[in-house]
Amino acid sequence: MKFLLLIWAGLKRKKLRTALTLLSIFIAFMLFAFLGALKEALSGGVSMAGLDRLIVRHKVSLIQTLPESYKARIQAVAGVAAVCHQTWFGGIYQDPKNFFPNMPVEPAEFCAMFPEFVLSDAAKNSWLNTRTGAVVGRATAKRFGWKIGDRIPLRSPIWGEPSGQSQWEFDLVGIFDGAKKGTDTSQLFFRYDYFEEARQQQKGQVGWYTVRIADPDRAGTIAAAIDREFANSPYETKTEPEGAFAQGFAQQIGDIASIVMAVVGAVFFTILLVAGNTMVQSVRERTEELGVLKAIGFSNLRVLLLVLIESCCIAMLGGFCGLGVAWLIIASGNPIPSLLPVFILPTQSLITGALLAVALGLVAGVLPAWQAMRLRISEALRRGA
Amino acid sequence: MSVLTQLFAVAWFNLRSLPERKAAALTAAVGIAGVVGVLVGVLAIAEGFRRAMTVSGSPDVAVVLRSGADSEMTSGLERDATRTIADAPGVARNSAGPLTSAELFVIINLPKRTTGTDANVPLRGVEQGAFDVRGNITVIAGRRFATGRNEVMVGAGAARAFGGLDIGKQIKVGQNAWDVVGIFTANGGLAESEIWTDTAVLQPAYHRNSSFQSVYVRLTSAAAFQEFKDALTTDPKLNVKVLRLSDFYEEQSTAVTKFITTIGVFIATLMGLGALFGALNTMYSAVAGRTREIATLRALGFGAGPVVVSVLVESVLLSIVGGGLGAAAAYLLFDGYRASTINWQTFSQVTFAFRVTPLLLGNAIAFATVIGLLGGLFPALRAARLPIASGLRES
Amino acid sequence: MSASAQPLVRIHNVTKNFTRGAEEVHVLSGLDLAVNDAEFLALMGPSGSGKSTLLNLIGGLDRPTAGTVQIGADRVDQLSDRQLAAWRARHIGFVFQFYNLLPALSAERNVELPLLLTGLNKAARRRHVAAAFEAVGLTHRTKHFPRTLSGGEQQRVGIARAIVTDPTVLLCDEPTGDLDRKSGDEILSLLQSLNQAHGKTIIMVTHDPHASARASRTVYLDKGQLSTSPTA
Repeated sequence: MKFLLLIWAGLKRKKLRTALTLLSIFIAFMLFAFLGALKEALSGGVSMAGLDRLIVRHKVSLIQTLPESYKARIQAVAGVAAVCHQTWFGGIYQDPKNFFPNMPVEPAEFCAMFPEFVLSDAAKNSWLNTRTGAVVGRATAKRFGWKIGDRIPLRSPIWGEPSGQSQWEFDLVGIFDGAKKGTDTSQLFFRYDYFEEARQQQKGQVGWYTVRIADPDRAGTIAAAIDREFANSPYETKTEPEGAFAQGFAQQIGDIASIVMAVVGAVFFTILLVAGNTMVQSVRERTEELGVLKAIGFSNLRVLLLVLIESCCIAMLGGFCGLGVAWLIIASGNPIPSLLPVFILPTQSLITGALLAVALGLVAGVLPAWQAMRLRISEALRRGA
Repeated sequence: MSVLTQLFAVAWFNLRSLPERKAAALTAAVGIAGVVGVLVGVLAIAEGFRRAMTVSGSPDVAVVLRSGADSEMTSGLERDATRTIADAPGVARNSAGPLTSAELFVIINLPKRTTGTDANVPLRGVEQGAFDVRGNITVIAGRRFATGRNEVMVGAGAARAFGGLDIGKQIKVGQNAWDVVGIFTANGGLAESEIWTDTAVLQPAYHRNSSFQSVYVRLTSAAAFQEFKDALTTDPKLNVKVLRLSDFYEEQSTAVTKFITTIGVFIATLMGLGALFGALNTMYSAVAGRTREIATLRALGFGAGPVVVSVLVESVLLSIVGGGLGAAAAYLLFDGYRASTINWQTFSQVTFAFRVTPLLLGNAIAFATVIGLLGGLFPALRAARLPIASGLRES
Repeated sequence: MSASAQPLVRIHNVTKNFTRGAEEVHVLSGLDLAVNDAEFLALMGPSGSGKSTLLNLIGGLDRPTAGTVQIGADRVDQLSDRQLAAWRARHIGFVFQFYNLLPALSAERNVELPLLLTGLNKAARRRHVAAAFEAVGLTHRTKHFPRTLSGGEQQRVGIARAIVTDPTVLLCDEPTGDLDRKSGDEILSLLQSLNQAHGKTIIMVTHDPHASARASRTVYLDKGQLSTSPTA
């Protein structure tokens, strides 16, 4: 601990340089953190997917509908524990840029299938008792300042008007939170029976089914069994585990995500290269001082540790601050909720970032530390003959 | 010595000592090269996407959708409506009739060649007039699809990005099989991400026997748009919205373009800051290491001005070299690089190529120069203001 | 303190060669030197004669190519690097021509530096530092940083640092080389009093006859050979 002073002295030596190096590292790690958040936003669905759930959709494309009558037949397939359906409503709240997903569902089955949406029992009951009731996720509720009891109007270009009215209106009976950190709480769900009654086209059709299976290891066989059930019918299905489905989506965005990632990664390493080089330089300039320390009696090992710890201090200070500030910014809100449903800094990224900061300190410091250790005192102190 | 001569002398002296400091100089240049390269790369994505979405928007082409629809997928038009639209004033005609194409737009799943996972690919049913309406469709392999047959022609971008779209192959969509008979380009525009077939064959396959989603129209001239639009919007039997094609495309691409550009600008700002700190660091070190030299020069009689400018010259030169390298690397690596992504507004894939334009390169190098200027300015000023005596004493 | 029969510092048949570029330079050849406890020895010679090299050998900063270096009971030439470091901390105090203070530490902290290598607690260290400053006559500028101290004051701090661990030998390499006559004299007086009043063994390299006049004995080094009279 008493040697802390020496390390501090080293850092203080050229304050401007230390500050600039710190700032470069700070920026690099901020970038890294935002990178992590972006990646999570674009592909996070995969990690949130339920291991024991399958998605059943129209084989040709997700936008094709399936008959509601399929529900019973899917339920009858061996290994299926529960089935529920959702349909893409595409409702617009005031302006298209206020986009958030909204779907009609069967409330009881839906809540049972998706325990990650945490809804109070009171809200659940309310929903079951209100035909025009809807529940919405915390993120969207916050975004528009909605409270329970509000009337939410939506218009749907896909489904047209509800019979007897000019636009769809729902009563907000509950706000749900996510059970885990990355759960999407941007969606709104309303009742399928109201939807079925009021819609004027494609009655009896739903978007896709979610299936819970008793044994996740049999996911492949059960999926194949479901698809076999509907093969060669007018509505052929494709069934896959929820994770695979989410993965497919992530890969549709895919190219963009990986390109941006690669590109920012390159920048990150470039900035770090510059910062690392400065640290190497700064030690080289202190040859004499290191010689003096050795002359006084600091062992080679001590001197090596001194340099290494100093390097790690800079790297960790800059790195942790960069990660921390980015975390604060990210936690303060989602800048584009309509395109990024989830905007968080995954813990994984934080840990990786922290480790990288330490690694940077070690890598940047190891060469000059080694040189400092091997310094010949008489040469270091030689100033003029 | 005149100021100018002094300037050249000092600058030359500085630059000649560069090889001794080559590690630091190299790092600074490489740092800036990295920043510039990345900046160009990210902005090339935005430019490429924007280009793909808008380049095919000719000003004398209009598109008609159902009123309130925000994309073709959510639109619906009956056959009678399409006939009325074809007969409206302002529509260009040739010997075959009005230059219009009533179209149907659906999405099918095809595997991406790169990952093997499913992607939403647009399948568009068009009428024969579509080729004259769009005006830039060129068949580069095979032939156009024949009317009345289960044949498709594939946009060059789609053919590259998705599996199974080679001439002679068949794609199975639900109960139907379609033969791939040709590949076409559309001047780099949106149509290249699509698969085209005859509307009349697509409709029954999707159980939409007399409904379409959009009508594409070639007008007699760009100025005829207003007349055309007014005629349709005032017709009580129709409930439509009418847009110029270029405006339509612009609308369809705002979300993604905005997304990419926002992210690009954000990244560029952060990167620029990082590079700036790096450059400042390097230049401060460079100058600090030569305090005694600079003090000696000034003791000998060189003015402070030439000293400042010479340091700036070095800094800017390093930045331009680094920036040039980064820009060149980015151009070689990125220009024309093909990618595809999903446009959330249409829920379908758009294939596009990175576009590194001269403007982009120019901007990037200007960016690097500014970093070089700022990075050298403060160290230079400090070196010039240090009292000569103390400067001479430093090691 | 009993006078030991043996000299404190014994250098026997020491040779030191350096490789400079492609050449091998023989700086010291078969040198013998003995320094007694509480002696104040001045080591003089022209530039390049190897004075600093000899000092470095005595101080364990370098190893001889051949020969033995013995300080007290320790064969310095046979210690490993790690042992040398510990040995130096305990037995040697250095005073340099250009002071070599760490610019980012205050005078007080600079002097405390060698004590960090001992097991003393903070209070004990503070006491030793105060005593050292007392001995060099610099009690009022201890919190200043080197850049605000004059040359003479910096050298006093340097000496304070050198004596703070109560070393066996004080090695001074041109301690007045960067000082004006008056400050130089003050430093030399200080060294003299440390030697005479406190019995410190001092070996000082210098090329200034005024400095060597203050020592109790002077030897001359020229072309790697020692003699008791200046070479012509």
